[in-house]
Amino acid sequence: MPDILTYVLHYGGAFNKNSLGAVSEGAKQAAAIGGSCHAVVVGGDDLTDELCKTLGNYGATKVFRAKGPEGLAQPVVDAMAKIIEENGHSYALFGGGLLGFEIGAGLAARRHAGVTMEVINIKADDGKLVAERPILQDSKISDSHYRGDLGIIIGRINAFEVGQPSSDEAEVVDVDVEFSPWSSQAKMVKRGEQRGADVDIEGADVLVAGGRGLGKAEGFELAEELAKAFGGSAAVAATRAVVDAGWYPYAAQIGQTGKTVSPKLYLAAGISGAIQHKVGMQSSENIVAINKDANAPIFEFSDLGIVGDLNKIMPKLTEAIKAKKG
Amino acid sequence: MKICVLVKEVPDAAVEKRIDPSTGRMDRSGERNLNPYDTHAIEAAMQIREGGAVEVDEIVAVTMGPATATRALQKAVSLGADRSLHLSDDALAGSDVAATGYALSKALESESPDLVLLGQQSDDGECYTIGAVVADHLKMPSLTQVIKMDVSGDGLTCERQAEYGYDTVQISLPAVISVGDAINEPRYPSLKAIMGAKKKPLDTKSAGDLGIDASLVGADGSRVQCGDFHDPPAKAAGQIIEDDDTDETVQKIVAWLDERKLI
Ligand SMILES: Cc1cc2nc3c(=O)[nH]c(=O)nc-3n(C[C@H](O)[C@H](O)[C@H](O)COP(=O)(O)OP(=O)(O)OC[C@H]3O[C@@H](n4cnc5c(N)ncnc54)[C@H](O)[C@@H]3O)c2cc1C
Ligand SMILES: Nc1ncnc2c1ncn2[C@@H]1O[C@H](COP(=O)(O)O)[C@@H](O)[C@H]1O
Repeated sequence: MPDILTYVLHYGGAFNKNSLGAVSEGAKQAAAIGGSCHAVVVGGDDLTDELCKTLGNYGATKVFRAKGPEGLAQPVVDAMAKIIEENGHSYALFGGGLLGFEIGAGLAARRHAGVTMEVINIKADDGKLVAERPILQDSKISDSHYRGDLGIIIGRINAFEVGQPSSDEAEVVDVDVEFSPWSSQAKMVKRGEQRGADVDIEGADVLVAGGRGLGKAEGFELAEELAKAFGGSAAVAATRAVVDAGWYPYAAQIGQTGKTVSPKLYLAAGISGAIQHKVGMQSSENIVAINKDANAPIFEFSDLGIVGDLNKIMPKLTEAIKAKKG
Repeated sequence: MKICVLVKEVPDAAVEKRIDPSTGRMDRSGERNLNPYDTHAIEAAMQIREGGAVEVDEIVAVTMGPATATRALQKAVSLGADRSLHLSDDALAGSDVAATGYALSKALESESPDLVLLGQQSDDGECYTIGAVVADHLKMPSLTQVIKMDVSGDGLTCERQAEYGYDTVQISLPAVISVGDAINEPRYPSLKAIMGAKKKPLDTKSAGDLGIDASLVGADGSRVQCGDFHDPPAKAAGQIIEDDDTDETVQKIVAWLDERKLI
């Protein structure tokens, strides 16, 4: 039977939204190729029977539960390799993020399998799955066909929608995994540290987002002033580049390892428009970009693009909006 | 301690990338350069050497790629590597991520490094995952996207951003680490280093030299076949304003926003 095994990430007693999306997608595709969708979870005592059973709500019929360290990829590779070896799954599916990439790639090495990342769509064709992946800065889409016993599909974040939960429950099966020596050579010291202030950007109608083009931490004052001029629920967001640099809080980060937003207006200043940023904001209703490089990828997906120096434009724009509002 | 840095030659960012319709592979002709993300990995190696916490005996740049890839190696050497290893073989052409990672792991195995460093992503491949593939073959612990790395005795303390915030992970050596671009500010090579790079030892090895199983690499050994390239759904092109006169530009932006009731 062509079964699909999906990895489900959890944190603080709750499952990751992208993982739930992968389970929903896995169930849909399993039905299309005549197999079942199973899930695998790795962690400690917070993975209770009650919690694990709820994966049935999204279409998993069985949940393999292994005791192991959380937040690290290699122990999950060990668990999935064992489960796949014993149960013969044809596909492994991940909802994206960061761990999914690492686990999927490690599993490809371990099982000599094909792997495709950044998948935005899966098609069932004659009992097999074909993965669609954008390439060349999203200007083309390539179809991945798999050879061999196992195909690995790593979704782009938000590519797989979480289905309407049913009342079905999954069977929970405990598996004993003997971890590889190298899997125990990485130890989590501190997980999920929130760097910077706890700002709330998810409810904002207008987001003024800043990137490395703001030049320095103080450059964010331009973004804050502009957000203030819009008033109401306007807030300031950021790219990973500036959050990693300590210029702005992690809570304001948009993208693959940050938040996903869809405000009425997303005004990006000094942001190149990398795919990992785009995936967190592309469903915004209106996208305006200010960038001094006419070739910046962000102009490919903005509704209004301004080619120019943000240091000249933002202060005047702030004044003009204030004046307009009176 | 011996550090190997994986580097890749990629199309220059300024050159438009495309698929060659006759082969269905990336057109790799045109201007090429060292993958910019890999300069952070070389710089990280240099900072370990200069940091003094451990003795670094050697930094070796390693690549797999066509004959032209030697230029990426020379650039890596001009940035601080002591010598380089070029894995080059027609049999490797068309390898997918898993096959590339396997081949690279065989090249690395021949060097027995204590630490393998990589870039966060290749400008053309955009997979972010070669490190995880390589690590599994080498049976080493691994982490990607590391933005802070402290070296001591036989271990590393690494920090990186994952999906719930920043993680701090303690890793013992040998290990495979891909570094994020926030980890450091790569130095510029001196003219002397650029001139001297061509004189540093460069080994070229074939797949056979490294004991690479030919059935696991190349287009035939790859388990993913890419094809049927098609266009994404067309999206209406946005309006572009070139900022010549900022007052005028700002007026246009305000009018645009006002039309959509966004102010
Ligand atoms: C696994 C992984 C996960 C990631 N997750 C995320 C994520 O969650 N979120 C995220 O944002 N990124 C993420 N990234 C990083 C992403 O790939 C980019 O590196 C990052 O988004 C770039 O940020 P930036 O646009 O601020 O910087 P840059 O790419 O450096 O762009 C700066 C831009 O500013 C412009 N500029 C400079 N000066 C001016 C000026 N005076 N006026 C106008 N424009 C100017 C430049 O032309 C340039 O386009 C991730 C990467 C990986 C590999
Ligand atoms: N052919 C290659 N030869 C050497 N190193 C590579 C090669 N491909 C990728 N890498 C390394 O792997 C990193 C991540 O690349 P990727 O997984 O393709 O995004 C790059 O920054 C390089 O350090």
